[in-house]
Amino acid sequence: MPATHDLAAALARKFPQVAPRASTDWPAFNIPADQALTALQWLRDEAGFDMLTDLTAIDWSAAASPRFTVVWHLTSTSRFDCVRIAAACADDTSPSMPSAIALWPSANWHEREAYDMFGIAFPGHPDLRRILMWDGYPYHPLRKEFPLAGLDAPLPDAEVAEETGARVQAAPYMGGPFVATPGESAGVAEPCGRDQSWSEGKEKPAP
Amino acid sequence: MASHHNELSYDSKIEGDVVVSRLDAVINWIRTNSVWPMPMGLACCAIELMGSGGSRFDIARFGAEVMRFSPRQADCMIVSGTVTYKMAPQVRRLYDQMPAPKWVIAMGACASSGGMYRSYATLQGVDRILPVDVYLSGCPPRPEALLDALVKLQQKIRREPAASRLFRA
Repeated sequence: MPATHDLAAALARKFPQVAPRASTDWPAFNIPADQALTALQWLRDEAGFDMLTDLTAIDWSAAASPRFTVVWHLTSTSRFDCVRIAAACADDTSPSMPSAIALWPSANWHEREAYDMFGIAFPGHPDLRRILMWDGYPYHPLRKEFPLAGLDAPLPDAEVAEETGARVQAAPYMGGPFVATPGESAGVAEPCGRDQSWSEGKEKPAP
Repeated sequence: MASHHNELSYDSKIEGDVVVSRLDAVINWIRTNSVWPMPMGLACCAIELMGSGGSRFDIARFGAEVMRFSPRQADCMIVSGTVTYKMAPQVRRLYDQMPAPKWVIAMGACASSGGMYRSYATLQGVDRILPVDVYLSGCPPRPEALLDALVKLQQKIRREPAASRLFRA
Protein backbone atom coordinates (compact mmCIF):
# COMPACT_ATOMS: atom_id res chain seq x y z
CA MET A 1 0.00 0.00 0.00
CA PRO A 2 1.30 3.50 -0.80
CA ALA A 3 2.17 5.78 2.09
CA THR A 4 0.71 9.28 2.15
CA HIS A 5 3.59 10.97 0.37
CA ASP A 6 3.57 8.59 -2.60
CA LEU A 7 -0.22 8.68 -2.87
CA ALA A 8 0.07 11.97 -4.76
CA ALA A 9 2.66 10.49 -7.12
CA ALA A 10 0.67 7.30 -7.71
CA LEU A 11 -2.52 9.25 -8.28
CA ALA A 12 -0.77 11.64 -10.67
CA ARG A 13 0.71 8.69 -12.59
CA LYS A 14 -2.69 7.08 -12.98
CA PHE A 15 -4.70 10.28 -13.56
CA PRO A 16 -2.54 12.99 -15.14
CA GLN A 17 -5.21 15.68 -14.76
CA VAL A 18 -5.24 15.42 -10.96
CA ALA A 19 -4.09 18.62 -9.26
CA PRO A 20 -3.18 19.06 -5.60
CA ARG A 21 -5.67 21.08 -3.58
CA ALA A 22 -4.94 23.43 -0.68
CA SER A 23 -5.45 21.62 2.60
CA THR A 24 -4.34 22.10 6.20
CA ASP A 25 -4.78 18.51 7.33
CA TRP A 26 -5.12 15.58 4.94
CA PRO A 27 -3.83 15.37 1.35
CA ALA A 28 -6.44 16.77 -1.03
CA PHE A 29 -6.79 16.63 -4.78
CA ASN A 30 -8.87 18.27 -7.49
CA ILE A 31 -10.15 15.89 -10.13
CA PRO A 32 -12.15 16.63 -13.31
CA ALA A 33 -15.78 15.59 -12.87
CA ASP A 34 -15.73 13.01 -15.66
CA GLN A 35 -12.80 11.15 -14.03
CA ALA A 36 -14.11 11.43 -10.46
CA LEU A 37 -15.74 8.01 -10.26
CA THR A 38 -12.82 6.10 -11.80
CA ALA A 39 -10.40 7.91 -9.50
CA LEU A 40 -12.57 7.13 -6.47
CA GLN A 41 -12.73 3.49 -7.51
CA TRP A 42 -8.95 3.41 -7.88
CA LEU A 43 -8.55 4.95 -4.43
CA ARG A 44 -10.90 2.36 -2.96
CA ASP A 45 -9.51 -0.72 -4.72
CA GLU A 46 -5.82 0.08 -5.18
CA ALA A 47 -5.03 2.63 -2.47
CA GLY A 48 -7.07 1.03 0.33
CA PHE A 49 -9.49 3.88 1.07
CA ASP A 50 -12.35 1.56 1.94
CA MET A 51 -14.61 3.98 3.81
CA LEU A 52 -16.46 7.09 2.61
CA THR A 53 -16.64 9.27 5.73
CA ASP A 54 -18.25 12.31 4.17
CA LEU A 55 -19.65 13.56 0.92
CA THR A 56 -20.60 17.19 0.71
CA ALA A 57 -20.68 20.13 -1.65
CA ILE A 58 -19.56 23.75 -1.86
CA ASP A 59 -21.41 26.64 -3.47
CA TRP A 60 -18.72 29.21 -4.36
CA SER A 61 -21.27 31.96 -5.19
CA ALA A 62 -23.97 32.71 -7.71
CA ALA A 63 -21.45 34.55 -9.86
CA ALA A 64 -18.64 31.97 -9.74
CA SER A 65 -18.01 29.44 -12.47
CA PRO A 66 -17.64 26.54 -11.89
CA ARG A 67 -20.12 27.28 -9.14
CA PHE A 68 -20.57 23.93 -7.37
CA THR A 69 -17.88 21.56 -6.11
CA VAL A 70 -18.56 18.08 -4.73
CA VAL A 71 -16.15 16.87 -2.04
CA TRP A 72 -15.51 13.27 -0.96
CA HIS A 73 -13.68 12.41 2.27
CA LEU A 74 -12.18 8.93 2.20
CA THR A 75 -10.67 6.97 5.07
CA SER A 76 -8.52 3.87 5.10
CA THR A 77 -9.60 1.72 8.03
CA SER A 78 -6.35 -0.29 7.85
CA ARG A 79 -3.87 2.63 7.70
CA PHE A 80 -6.01 5.21 9.55
CA ASP A 81 -5.29 7.59 6.72
CA CYS A 82 -7.59 10.06 5.03
CA VAL A 83 -7.77 11.81 1.68
CA ARG A 84 -10.03 14.51 0.31
CA ILE A 85 -11.15 14.54 -3.32
CA ALA A 86 -12.97 17.47 -4.94
CA ALA A 87 -14.56 17.78 -8.35
CA ALA A 88 -16.26 20.82 -9.84
CA CYS A 89 -19.68 20.34 -11.41
CA ALA A 90 -19.66 21.25 -15.09
CA ASP A 91 -23.08 22.89 -15.24
CA ASP A 92 -23.67 25.95 -13.03
CA THR A 93 -27.46 26.12 -13.40
CA SER A 94 -28.41 22.43 -13.10
CA PRO A 95 -25.31 20.84 -11.52
CA SER A 96 -24.84 17.10 -11.48
CA MET A 97 -22.21 14.57 -10.41
CA PRO A 98 -22.16 10.78 -10.92
CA SER A 99 -23.37 8.87 -7.88
CA ALA A 100 -20.80 7.02 -5.74
CA ILE A 101 -23.34 4.56 -4.33
CA ALA A 102 -21.92 1.70 -6.39
CA LEU A 103 -18.58 2.23 -4.63
CA TRP A 104 -19.79 3.02 -1.09
CA PRO A 105 -23.45 2.45 -0.10
CA SER A 106 -22.97 5.11 2.60
CA ALA A 107 -23.01 7.72 -0.17
CA ASN A 108 -26.78 7.31 -0.37
CA TRP A 109 -27.91 9.73 2.34
CA HIS A 110 -24.97 12.10 1.81
CA GLU A 111 -25.96 12.52 -1.83
CA ARG A 112 -29.58 13.05 -0.85
CA GLU A 113 -28.45 15.77 1.54
CA ALA A 114 -26.30 17.46 -1.10
CA TYR A 115 -29.25 17.28 -3.47
CA ASP A 116 -31.58 18.74 -0.83
CA MET A 117 -29.30 21.58 0.27
CA PHE A 118 -27.55 22.48 -3.01
CA GLY A 119 -29.74 21.02 -5.76
CA ILE A 120 -26.94 18.89 -7.16
CA ALA A 121 -28.33 15.87 -9.03
CA PHE A 122 -26.55 12.52 -8.70
CA PRO A 123 -27.31 10.38 -11.78
CA GLY A 124 -27.22 6.72 -10.76
CA HIS A 125 -28.74 7.36 -7.32
CA PRO A 126 -31.64 4.91 -6.81
CA ASP A 127 -33.79 7.19 -4.65
CA LEU A 128 -32.81 10.85 -5.00
CA ARG A 129 -35.36 12.53 -2.74
CA ARG A 130 -34.93 15.39 -0.29
CA ILE A 131 -33.71 14.16 3.06
CA LEU A 132 -34.11 17.15 5.42
CA MET A 133 -36.63 19.49 3.86
CA TRP A 134 -39.93 18.10 2.68
CA ASP A 135 -40.80 16.99 -0.84
CA GLY A 136 -42.05 19.96 -2.79
CA TYR A 137 -40.01 22.60 -0.93
CA PRO A 138 -39.15 25.06 -3.68
CA TYR A 139 -35.62 26.10 -2.64
CA HIS A 140 -32.19 24.67 -1.88
CA PRO A 141 -31.30 26.31 1.45
CA LEU A 142 -27.48 26.14 1.40
CA ARG A 143 -27.15 27.91 -1.92
CA LYS A 144 -25.52 31.29 -1.51
CA GLU A 145 -28.47 33.30 -2.79
CA PHE A 146 -30.79 31.75 -0.18
CA PRO A 147 -31.10 33.99 2.92
CA LEU A 148 -30.65 32.30 6.30
CA ALA A 149 -33.99 33.68 7.47
CA GLY A 150 -35.71 31.70 4.73
CA LEU A 151 -38.17 32.58 2.02
CA ASP A 152 -41.94 32.48 1.80
CA ALA A 153 -43.34 29.06 0.86
CA PRO A 154 -46.49 27.03 1.52
CA LEU A 155 -46.63 24.59 4.45
CA PRO A 156 -45.94 20.93 3.49
CA ASP A 157 -49.53 19.95 4.28
CA ALA A 158 -52.16 21.87 2.27
CA GLU A 159 -55.03 20.82 4.56
CA VAL A 160 -53.31 22.06 7.72
CA ALA A 161 -52.15 25.18 5.90
CA GLU A 162 -55.75 25.97 4.97
CA GLU A 163 -57.05 25.31 8.47
CA THR A 164 -54.43 27.31 10.32
CA GLY A 165 -53.54 29.91 7.72
CA ALA A 166 -49.86 29.29 8.53
CA ARG A 167 -47.12 29.58 5.94
CA VAL A 168 -43.39 29.11 5.81
CA GLN A 169 -42.22 32.66 6.44
CA ALA A 170 -38.87 34.36 6.73
CA ALA A 171 -37.80 34.18 10.38
CA PRO A 172 -37.66 37.53 12.23
CA TYR A 173 -34.11 38.72 12.89
CA MET A 174 -34.76 41.78 14.98
CA GLY A 175 -35.14 41.04 18.68
CA GLY A 176 -34.96 37.45 19.81
CA PRO A 177 -33.55 35.65 22.81
CA PHE A 178 -29.89 36.56 22.38
CA VAL A 179 -30.12 40.29 21.93
CA ALA A 180 -27.53 41.75 24.28
CA THR A 181 -28.64 45.37 24.45
CA PRO A 182 -32.08 46.76 23.63
CA GLY A 183 -31.85 48.86 20.51
CA GLU A 184 -28.66 47.23 19.32
CA SER A 185 -28.65 46.16 15.69
CA ALA A 186 -29.40 42.48 15.20
CA GLY A 187 -26.33 42.21 12.99
CA VAL A 188 -24.19 42.87 16.05
CA ALA A 189 -26.26 41.21 18.74
CA GLU A 190 -27.03 37.87 17.11
CA PRO A 191 -24.42 35.80 15.26
CA CYS A 192 -26.93 34.61 12.69
CA GLY A 193 -28.05 38.20 12.34
CA ARG A 194 -24.77 39.01 10.58
CA ASP A 195 -26.45 37.74 7.45
CA GLN A 196 -28.26 40.97 6.72
CA SER A 197 -29.38 39.91 3.26
CA TRP A 198 -32.83 40.22 4.76
CA SER A 199 -34.27 41.48 8.02
CA GLU A 200 -37.32 43.53 8.99
CA GLY A 201 -35.22 46.64 8.71
CA LYS A 202 -34.50 46.05 5.04
CA GLU A 203 -36.43 45.31 1.92
CA LYS A 204 -36.92 41.58 1.31
CA PRO A 205 -35.06 40.43 -1.81
CA ALA A 206 -36.94 38.75 -4.63
CA PRO A 207 -36.22 34.99 -4.66
CA MET B 1 -52.29 11.06 62.20
CA ALA B 2 -56.00 11.20 61.52
CA SER B 3 -57.75 14.19 63.03
CA HIS B 4 -61.01 13.71 64.88
CA HIS B 5 -61.88 17.41 64.57
CA ASN B 6 -63.69 16.85 61.29
CA GLU B 7 -66.88 18.85 61.86
CA LEU B 8 -66.02 21.21 59.04
CA SER B 9 -65.49 18.48 56.47
CA TYR B 10 -68.05 16.33 54.72
CA ASP B 11 -69.89 14.10 57.18
CA SER B 12 -71.93 11.30 55.62
CA LYS B 13 -73.83 10.75 58.90
CA ILE B 14 -75.25 14.29 58.76
CA GLU B 15 -75.53 14.97 55.02
CA GLY B 16 -76.21 11.49 53.67
CA ASP B 17 -74.94 10.71 50.17
CA VAL B 18 -75.59 14.18 48.83
CA VAL B 19 -73.09 16.96 48.23
CA VAL B 20 -74.34 20.32 47.04
CA SER B 21 -71.99 22.32 44.87
CA ARG B 22 -71.78 24.20 41.60
CA LEU B 23 -71.45 22.06 38.47
CA ASP B 24 -68.58 24.26 37.26
CA ALA B 25 -66.72 23.63 40.48
CA VAL B 26 -67.20 19.87 40.27
CA ILE B 27 -66.25 19.53 36.60
CA ASN B 28 -63.28 21.86 36.92
CA TRP B 29 -62.14 20.07 40.08
CA ILE B 30 -62.12 16.78 38.18
CA ARG B 31 -60.40 18.22 35.10
CA THR B 32 -57.86 20.18 37.10
CA ASN B 33 -56.55 17.18 38.96
CA SER B 34 -56.56 14.68 36.12
CA VAL B 35 -54.78 16.40 33.27
CA TRP B 36 -53.56 13.69 30.92
CA PRO B 37 -50.61 15.10 29.01
CA MET B 38 -49.66 14.21 25.48
CA PRO B 39 -45.85 14.46 25.40
CA MET B 40 -45.08 16.12 22.07
CA GLY B 41 -41.34 15.64 22.59
CA LEU B 42 -39.40 17.19 19.73
CA ALA B 43 -36.04 18.19 21.21
CA CYS B 44 -34.07 18.59 24.44
CA CYS B 45 -37.10 20.00 26.32
CA ALA B 46 -38.51 16.49 26.12
CA ILE B 47 -35.65 15.31 28.37
CA GLU B 48 -36.75 17.80 31.02
CA LEU B 49 -40.32 16.64 30.49
CA MET B 50 -39.18 13.08 31.22
CA GLY B 51 -37.33 14.40 34.27
CA SER B 52 -40.52 15.93 35.61
CA GLY B 53 -42.19 12.54 35.21
CA GLY B 54 -39.50 10.85 37.32
CA SER B 55 -39.53 10.39 41.08
CA ARG B 56 -37.43 13.46 41.95
CA PHE B 57 -39.87 16.02 40.53
CA ASP B 58 -42.86 13.70 40.24
CA ILE B 59 -45.53 15.34 38.12
CA ALA B 60 -47.92 12.79 39.67
CA ARG B 61 -48.22 15.12 42.68
CA PHE B 62 -50.34 17.34 40.41
CA GLY B 63 -52.33 14.52 38.87
CA ALA B 64 -50.66 14.76 35.46
CA GLU B 65 -48.50 11.65 35.44
CA VAL B 66 -50.59 9.76 32.90
CA MET B 67 -48.57 10.53 29.77
CA ARG B 68 -50.59 9.24 26.86
CA PHE B 69 -48.80 8.59 23.63
CA SER B 70 -52.10 8.41 21.79
CA PRO B 71 -53.67 11.83 21.24
CA ARG B 72 -57.13 10.27 21.59
CA GLN B 73 -56.52 9.63 25.27
CA ALA B 74 -54.88 12.95 26.14
CA ASP B 75 -56.20 16.42 26.92
CA CYS B 76 -53.05 18.53 27.31
CA MET B 77 -50.43 18.66 24.62
CA ILE B 78 -47.01 19.63 26.00
CA VAL B 79 -45.11 20.84 22.94
CA SER B 80 -41.57 20.32 24.22
CA GLY B 81 -38.99 21.20 21.61
CA THR B 82 -38.26 22.77 18.26
CA VAL B 83 -41.17 22.61 15.84
CA THR B 84 -39.79 22.45 12.32
CA TYR B 85 -41.94 23.31 9.36
CA LYS B 86 -41.66 19.69 8.28
CA MET B 87 -43.08 18.51 11.63
CA ALA B 88 -45.66 21.29 12.07
CA PRO B 89 -48.53 19.64 10.12
CA GLN B 90 -48.12 16.44 12.12
CA VAL B 91 -48.25 18.40 15.40
CA ARG B 92 -51.45 20.05 14.24
CA ARG B 93 -52.95 16.71 13.16
CA LEU B 94 -52.18 15.16 16.55
CA TYR B 95 -53.79 18.16 18.22
CA ASP B 96 -56.87 17.74 16.04
CA GLN B 97 -57.16 14.12 17.16
CA MET B 98 -57.29 15.03 20.87
CA PRO B 99 -60.80 15.07 22.33
CA ALA B 100 -62.08 18.40 23.72
CA PRO B 101 -61.63 19.98 26.20
CA LYS B 102 -57.93 20.24 25.43
CA TRP B 103 -55.09 22.52 26.37
CA VAL B 104 -51.60 23.26 25.06
CA ILE B 105 -48.42 24.10 26.95
CA ALA B 106 -45.67 25.57 24.75
CA MET B 107 -42.63 24.35 26.66
CA GLY B 108 -39.38 26.25 26.16
CA ALA B 109 -38.12 29.01 23.92
CA CYS B 110 -38.41 27.04 20.66
CA ALA B 111 -42.03 26.03 21.03
CA SER B 112 -42.94 29.52 22.27
CA SER B 113 -41.14 31.65 19.69
CA GLY B 114 -38.78 29.60 17.55
CA GLY B 115 -36.09 30.28 20.14
CA MET B 116 -32.55 30.48 18.84
CA TYR B 117 -33.59 28.82 15.57
CA ARG B 118 -34.26 31.92 13.55
CA SER B 119 -33.87 30.01 10.34
CA TYR B 120 -35.66 28.82 7.25
CA ALA B 121 -36.52 25.42 8.74
CA THR B 122 -38.18 26.33 12.05
CA LEU B 123 -41.73 27.38 12.80
CA GLN B 124 -41.43 30.63 14.76
CA GLY B 125 -43.68 29.62 17.64
CA VAL B 126 -46.17 26.77 17.81
CA ASP B 127 -48.93 29.34 18.37
CA ARG B 128 -48.95 29.85 14.61
CA ILE B 129 -50.71 26.50 14.27
CA LEU B 130 -52.15 25.75 17.75
CA PRO B 131 -54.02 27.75 20.42
CA VAL B 132 -51.48 27.87 23.26
CA ASP B 133 -52.69 28.18 26.87
CA VAL B 134 -49.40 28.49 28.76
CA TYR B 135 -46.02 29.68 27.43
CA LEU B 136 -43.07 28.43 29.40
CA SER B 137 -39.71 30.21 29.14
CA GLY B 138 -36.33 28.50 29.37
CA CYS B 139 -33.90 26.73 27.11
CA PRO B 140 -34.71 24.14 28.24
CA PRO B 141 -36.88 24.96 31.28
CA ARG B 142 -36.14 22.97 34.42
CA PRO B 143 -38.75 20.44 35.61
CA GLU B 144 -39.82 22.83 38.39
CA ALA B 145 -40.70 25.36 35.68
CA LEU B 146 -42.81 22.78 33.88
CA LEU B 147 -44.60 21.97 37.14
CA ASP B 148 -45.20 25.71 37.59
CA ALA B 149 -46.65 25.86 34.08
CA LEU B 150 -48.90 22.93 34.93
CA VAL B 151 -50.11 24.70 38.09
CA LYS B 152 -50.77 27.83 36.02
CA LEU B 153 -52.76 25.70 33.58
CA GLN B 154 -54.71 24.20 36.47
CA GLN B 155 -55.57 27.70 37.68
CA LYS B 156 -56.80 28.47 34.19
CA ILE B 157 -58.88 25.29 34.04
CA ARG B 158 -60.48 26.15 37.42
CA ARG B 159 -61.81 29.43 35.99
CA GLU B 160 -63.44 27.88 32.93
CA PRO B 161 -67.24 27.97 32.49
CA ALA B 162 -67.19 24.21 32.09
CA ALA B 163 -70.91 23.52 32.68
CA SER B 164 -72.22 26.04 30.18
CA ARG B 165 -69.81 24.72 27.58
CA LEU B 166 -70.90 21.17 28.37
CA PHE B 167 -74.53 21.87 27.51
CA ARG B 168 -73.93 24.32 24.70
CA ALA B 169 -72.81 21.76 22.17
